[in-house]
Amino acid sequence: MRNEPTPQQIAEEKIYRTFGLNDEEYTKIVSLMGRQPNYVETGIYSVMWSEHCSYKSSRPVLKKFPTQAPHVLQGPGENAGIIDIGDNLAVSFKIESHNHPSAIEPYQGAATGVGGIIRDVFTMGARPIALLNSLRFGEIEGPDNAHNRYLFNNVVAGIAGYGNCIGIPTVGGEVVFDDRYKYNPLVNAMCVGLLTHDEIATGTASGVGNPVLAVGARTGRDGIHGATFASTEDPHSKERSAVQVGDPFMEKLLLEACLELIASGAVVGIQDMGAAGLTSSSAEMASRAGSGLELDMLKVPRREEGMTPYELMLSESQERMLVVMEMGKEHIAEEIFQKWNLEATVIGRVTDDGMLRLKEGDEVVAEMIVTTLVDDAPVYHRPSARPSYLDQTLEFDPASITAPADLNATLHTLLRTPTIASKEYVYQQYDSMVRTSTAVRPGSDAAVVTIRGTRKALAMCTDGNGRYVYLNPRRGGQHAIAEAARNVVCSGGKPLAVTDCLNYSSPEKPEIFYQFEESCAGMSEACVVLATPVISGNVSLYNQSNDLDIYPTPIIGMVGLVEDVDHITTQTFKSAGNHVLLVGPSDTAGISGSEYLRVVHGLTAGDAPALDLHVEKAVQTAVLTAIQSGYVRAAHDLAEGGLAVAVAESAIGGKLGAQLELNTNQRLDEVLFGEAGSRILVEVAPEALAAVEAIFAKEGVSSTVLGTLGGDALEIRVNGETVISEKVAELESTWRGAIPCLMN
Amino acid sequence: MKFAVLVFPGSNCDIDAVKAVEDVLGQPVDTVWHTTADLSDYDCILVPGGFSYGDYLRSGALARFSPVMEAVKREAEKGKFVIGICNGFQILTESGLLPGALRHNDHLQFRCEISPLIVENADTAFTSDYKKGDVINIPIAHGEGSYYADEETIAKLNANNQVVFRYFECDPNGSIERIAGICNEAGNVLGMMPHPERAVHEWLGSADGKALFTSILKSWEGRQRA
Repeated sequence: MRNEPTPQQIAEEKIYRTFGLNDEEYTKIVSLMGRQPNYVETGIYSVMWSEHCSYKSSRPVLKKFPTQAPHVLQGPGENAGIIDIGDNLAVSFKIESHNHPSAIEPYQGAATGVGGIIRDVFTMGARPIALLNSLRFGEIEGPDNAHNRYLFNNVVAGIAGYGNCIGIPTVGGEVVFDDRYKYNPLVNAMCVGLLTHDEIATGTASGVGNPVLAVGARTGRDGIHGATFASTEDPHSKERSAVQVGDPFMEKLLLEACLELIASGAVVGIQDMGAAGLTSSSAEMASRAGSGLELDMLKVPRREEGMTPYELMLSESQERMLVVMEMGKEHIAEEIFQKWNLEATVIGRVTDDGMLRLKEGDEVVAEMIVTTLVDDAPVYHRPSARPSYLDQTLEFDPASITAPADLNATLHTLLRTPTIASKEYVYQQYDSMVRTSTAVRPGSDAAVVTIRGTRKALAMCTDGNGRYVYLNPRRGGQHAIAEAARNVVCSGGKPLAVTDCLNYSSPEKPEIFYQFEESCAGMSEACVVLATPVISGNVSLYNQSNDLDIYPTPIIGMVGLVEDVDHITTQTFKSAGNHVLLVGPSDTAGISGSEYLRVVHGLTAGDAPALDLHVEKAVQTAVLTAIQSGYVRAAHDLAEGGLAVAVAESAIGGKLGAQLELNTNQRLDEVLFGEAGSRILVEVAPEALAAVEAIFAKEGVSSTVLGTLGGDALEIRVNGETVISEKVAELESTWRGAIPCLMN
Repeated sequence: MKFAVLVFPGSNCDIDAVKAVEDVLGQPVDTVWHTTADLSDYDCILVPGGFSYGDYLRSGALARFSPVMEAVKREAEKGKFVIGICNGFQILTESGLLPGALRHNDHLQFRCEISPLIVENADTAFTSDYKKGDVINIPIAHGEGSYYADEETIAKLNANNQVVFRYFECDPNGSIERIAGICNEAGNVLGMMPHPERAVHEWLGSADGKALFTSILKSWEGRQRA
């Protein structure tokens, strides 16, 4: 007899509460089952109904995202979304968070985040071709921030350790440092895969009698209740045992074996055993097919003797998949997996009775209606209230601060800020070149990966600015989409679709739910205008500790198509004598919400920077047309740090100076460091200037020639007065040296 | 000229090596599974990069026991060309086909970047299309690339002109005398940490690796005529 509480004890002693179920949810389970659930069943309901698996707080909001377009082959709801890129080719991608585990065990937390997202993509039948990530940490400067440096170092090492070993290039990402993330670092990982239309696989368990196989690693006692853990308020109050350990070598073998298996044509459905392991994979696969499953717990390959059905069902051991094969073709799986030294074991069958039935031999140990696990999960329409802090932040008056006298020094200060400084320290730890398809490596606006045998390439990036969302949730949401799309355009790609990772604090706080709801509405508006539907995503809530909420931080993963490799464009200046143009609104709309205001004046205040989505669309269309026409030598999005930082970055990358002249009646700090959206810096040869200006005029987009490239210094004159004058090599030394200097 | 690219569980630069042979030379190339015991059909054996068996113990320490490594030794003794790149270099030192060992980078981090190398010996079968003293840009991507050998071995390598490449004006891993690539005494086995197969198109950031492949083809053609 197992030492597990009886159904009566679970009810009377309210043991379900320790699983994260509240009284109301438990009562609902009892009424759905018509009896009290036993220990295994209580565990299974608790993970299926956890925020992480059921999206019970976020579902009503997520439903509002635009998800349809002719090029969308698979929208949200599967392991990853898929878009069509022509020529029978398709791209599958998704982003996912691993914030809570990374806060506790940064190396393994980040590594298993990468492992999980890779499985989501190859499950769809796609060959993973690129990884990206988006990271947030507390400040890393000074003796008090050793823990933040530890988290930063180990998260980066964990991402590197997994991605490098499995041989998928990490081609892009972003890192932002702000003390809002000091207790809750954000680790979001994205994977992009390539497949042909006929290779698409899905996570469905159909066909009565078809065998269900557990493949890959054996099941151990690690990570039990990880999904529930990720749905609680404070990761630090939880145990380390809820964090899993990754094995990228095992995953490399699993990846190759699964792709070979899918290619055999004998697979009915396949799904990663990710969060909530065997529980969610079996329930979701059955739910999609409207079928049932009967699994024999005694047949599940395990690492340890004596594991109970409860442990087997809730383990989050990594590198495992659940596969449904066509009846009689089990041997195909066994042969392929044997070649890769892996196990493929039949653990059950598909049924037509709509039940998830678990047995130990002949004894039924759990029996639940599949739809009650998936569709009947509670949905909460959380109350929403406009945050009171907005009254204060919106009161900000730029006249209350004085622009610095030495703007050269201010530019150095910004270039030295870890959020703006070179991230070479990070990305040189990632193998960005393996698979020899990376045409634009990390450090430009969007990475570009070529597609062998075609002239096409994919541009991809991750983007998000939590501070903007904090200051104006709706516009901040618009910014996230707009900037991601702008980055793809700057690299020569047409933005096609979005995957989103929505990182917020507790949805049970009305002010946080307001941030969530409003920012998602803003994202939707931008997705509609820019014609980039959401095809996949993930929600991470409860990112709060010690009364500190993270900034509301939706991270956008954007993928675009570069029609011809000749269109690939980078941000670095190319040749002396060429013109530099600023495309987009010339009014910077002030310094509100800017990195400059935060770093130089210590203020997070004002509104989010200005953004007009229709201007944004026109600017992106105009610049992409100019790039495709062959007129643009370099393109760079204006982001954190505004015009001055963007020009400095392009100059540093090209080791080439620039002499620029601006005429304006705005404040100097606004002109140089304001962060209004929809602005792109482009380099154009003199002979192409007229043609480029004609394209911009046709699209109704304003553009200004700022000056020309040449020499070894960056000089910016405003209204005839020199305000920035500095050797590019000096700027480079500050920018490149900043993070190594803080870390060593 | 027929190329074999070995595939161990955990190899991940095998496809890149195949593409490089196809794109630069247009010669036939096969991937060969680690259980294969006979490589006599091939004129050049490429041991690619990656993380064979996960490299959890010590890079290359398990791969050396694969059946295919016996075949590699046999073909190397016959004078066939063998090139180990990155993990392939580590496997060749573990197998005793090349002297020395690759230790963890001195800064203990993985490092991926395009590194300048100086060609120290342009008289090998692998480098005849370079000139001695050429500085070439070749990507590196490794965590255990710090070349080590005892003083006596280093002296011997130098005396025999077995050091083929050194890192030039950079020190990405703490290798002794900045050694990036070496060959055996007979000159038919080359091991190097940098990845020439990643430097075969300008759009990849460098095409300086092409000459290594063209050199091998020329050397083989020279042998065929002889």
